[in-house]
Amino acid sequence: MSMDQSSLRIDNVSMTFSLPGGNSIEALKDVSLGLSAGELLSVLGPSGCGKTTLLNIIAGFLAPTAGKIVLNSHEVTGPDPERGMVFQRGALFEWMSVRKNVGFGPAMKGVPAKEIRSRVDELLEIVGLHEFGDKAIYELSGGMQQRVALARCLANDPDVILMDEPLGALDALTREKMQSLILKIWKNTGKTVILITHSVEEALLLGQRLLVMAPRPGRIHKEYKLPFAEMGVNTDLRDVKKHPDYGKKREEILSMIWEMEEEIMGRKE
Amino acid sequence: MIVLMIYVAIFVLAYIAYHFIVGKSVSNLGFNARKTVTFGDESAVTPNRSASVISIISIFVIWGAFTGSQISPIHVPGPFIGDTSFLYTATNAQNQTSDAKVFIRVSRVGEDAGIPETSDESQNGFARDDALKVAAWRSGLIRVQKNDEGGKEEGYRVTAINGHPIAPLQSVGVEDGVVNMTAKGSLSFVPYKGWQMEPIWLPAPEAIVTRLFEIIQDGYQGVALSENIGWSLFRVIVGFALGSLVGIPLGYAMGLNNWFRGWFDPIVEFMRPIPPLALIPLVIIWFGIWEQGKISLLFLAALWIMTISARAGVSGVNISKVHAAYSLGASKLQILLHVIIPNSLPEIFTGARVAMGVCWGTVVAAELVAAEKGAGKMIIAASKFQQTDIVIMGIILIGIIGFGIDILMRMAEKVLVPWKGKG
Ligand SMILES: Nc1ncnc2c1ncn2[C@@H]1O[C@H](COP(=O)(O)OP(=O)(O)OP(=O)(O)O)[C@@H](O)[C@H]1O
Ligand SMILES: [Mg+2]
Repeated sequence: MSMDQSSLRIDNVSMTFSLPGGNSIEALKDVSLGLSAGELLSVLGPSGCGKTTLLNIIAGFLAPTAGKIVLNSHEVTGPDPERGMVFQRGALFEWMSVRKNVGFGPAMKGVPAKEIRSRVDELLEIVGLHEFGDKAIYELSGGMQQRVALARCLANDPDVILMDEPLGALDALTREKMQSLILKIWKNTGKTVILITHSVEEALLLGQRLLVMAPRPGRIHKEYKLPFAEMGVNTDLRDVKKHPDYGKKREEILSMIWEMEEEIMGRKE
Repeated sequence: MIVLMIYVAIFVLAYIAYHFIVGKSVSNLGFNARKTVTFGDESAVTPNRSASVISIISIFVIWGAFTGSQISPIHVPGPFIGDTSFLYTATNAQNQTSDAKVFIRVSRVGEDAGIPETSDESQNGFARDDALKVAAWRSGLIRVQKNDEGGKEEGYRVTAINGHPIAPLQSVGVEDGVVNMTAKGSLSFVPYKGWQMEPIWLPAPEAIVTRLFEIIQDGYQGVALSENIGWSLFRVIVGFALGSLVGIPLGYAMGLNNWFRGWFDPIVEFMRPIPPLALIPLVIIWFGIWEQGKISLLFLAALWIMTISARAGVSGVNISKVHAAYSLGASKLQILLHVIIPNSLPEIFTGARVAMGVCWGTVVAAELVAAEKGAGKMIIAASKFQQTDIVIMGIILIGIIGFGIDILMRMAEKVLVPWKGKG
């Protein structure tokens, strides 16, 4: 794979949590991966396989016990606006209006208020919330709140967008709309996106590349290259799901994850 | 005891009567009325407003009934007021007997109805009629022998009341009261007390209202009511403000820094369970009993509560919010100002409500101990003169003000932290 300037490289990253009582957990072991600018990666895996840990390391919230993350040829040492994050929920600031939330990043940088305003308006338009700018966060539905989170992340114009189960708390219909929105934004902005999900369907639809991780120790189990995300940009997602390859891949990955889950259960007993 | 039993009886009767009258006719209104499972579903339990009204009314009716108040349509029997009399039989040293009457006038407390006149009809023996005035709920000593012929001689004694024999330490019931004989053989009359409370124990509600207006107009012991209450409020506000001024930053520091947390944790954890009132003696020794002492006490009362709530506000911040803010490029100072402080406000408001309540209680108690002016000072002074009406009025005022403070804090909370509980 070509490693151009604006690329993200995960270099032999390992993460061991030491537990009280002397034990330790290998949440990640020797994970390596390269992403070119503008790639869309979805990550799937059974619970506890280290997905969140990996994302937190990329975001810079955690320092790996071994290995490093390199973005645009400099090493990641902490959080930075070049890497935006969308959380599952609870990360919006309830004490600010929708507009203030979206404009938070630029405001912290000292961007003039006028500029922030036009940028925020633009983003609210993109996520379909232009009428809700002055509403309070708690007045919005869960789906709308996630759109605010997305807009807030985009306002900083990050190189990489990291999402940890961003749609996990939404109902199926809202979820589908949000999936289209994420695809649209990915295509229009050309950002590198890493998205963690528990849903196999979502991983298939929102991943040019799909990473299946395995637990104990957390590692990359298998990687797929998929056409569905590109298709979904211009097509209704429900039509994409009717594609024969889609069904086949879904069955394949589902049974793989099932096997892993069963292995975990078996080991516990 | 009786009052409590009557109250419970009213509770039960009102419950039965209400459900008998209203029956099932109030269904169909609202969602809760459509619920079939209500027992155990806390959200389906709403205060029955009729019950609240009946509850308040019954308290006042019972209060009125037991104090002979005008606001109550019914009264329990009151003390005997008016004229009455009994006959006593005396035996003199020569073993002769003679009867005479004792005329008694029972007057209301605080009134003087004068001594009743004795009639002269039965003055043929050696015993002479006597007269006595006594106030309701009191007893009167009558030395019947004093005006009797030979009453001072050895062997003279009273042997019967209204024909019933009596001996020292015995009593005989008469009309409208009881006659007791002391160990030395003299008589005392106790008029019938009834079931009502003496105003010195519990004044009637209207007496308290009257007293309230009187005190609003003239003040108490030369201090206006507004001044008394103003001083108490002033102390609370100053103490609370100082406590918050120190406590909130301290709580933030404890929530953000290992060293601060370690340093102050033992102090805060130790001071927290000490009731502020227990500090009064020490505060008096250190700061004296006057303003400085009281403000210091309230400062301490508010300090730990505010420290703990600010600390809880910081630790209660969802780590995703902090992570998100860092990812959006915020500096540490910006995170403090834009994330941690606003995030902790609901917690701080809860703490402030508690602290204000504790301060209000503490200031009253501190004023009971020593003060020149203040709500607590007013009631303790009144209590020394047994002015129960002022004491009760003061207690009610203190309650209303405490409640008012809480309502104000809640309103401020609604306006200032509308996102509370909605994260
Ligand atoms: N702070 C921590 N201290 C100790 N162990 C941790 C910590 N964070 C994560 N772990 C452990 O590391 C492993 C991986 O956790 P992680 O949260 O990354 O899993 P995940 O794949 O995101 O799971 P899920 O799908 O449930 O979110 C788990 O076994 C977890 O218990
Ligand atoms: Mg996770």
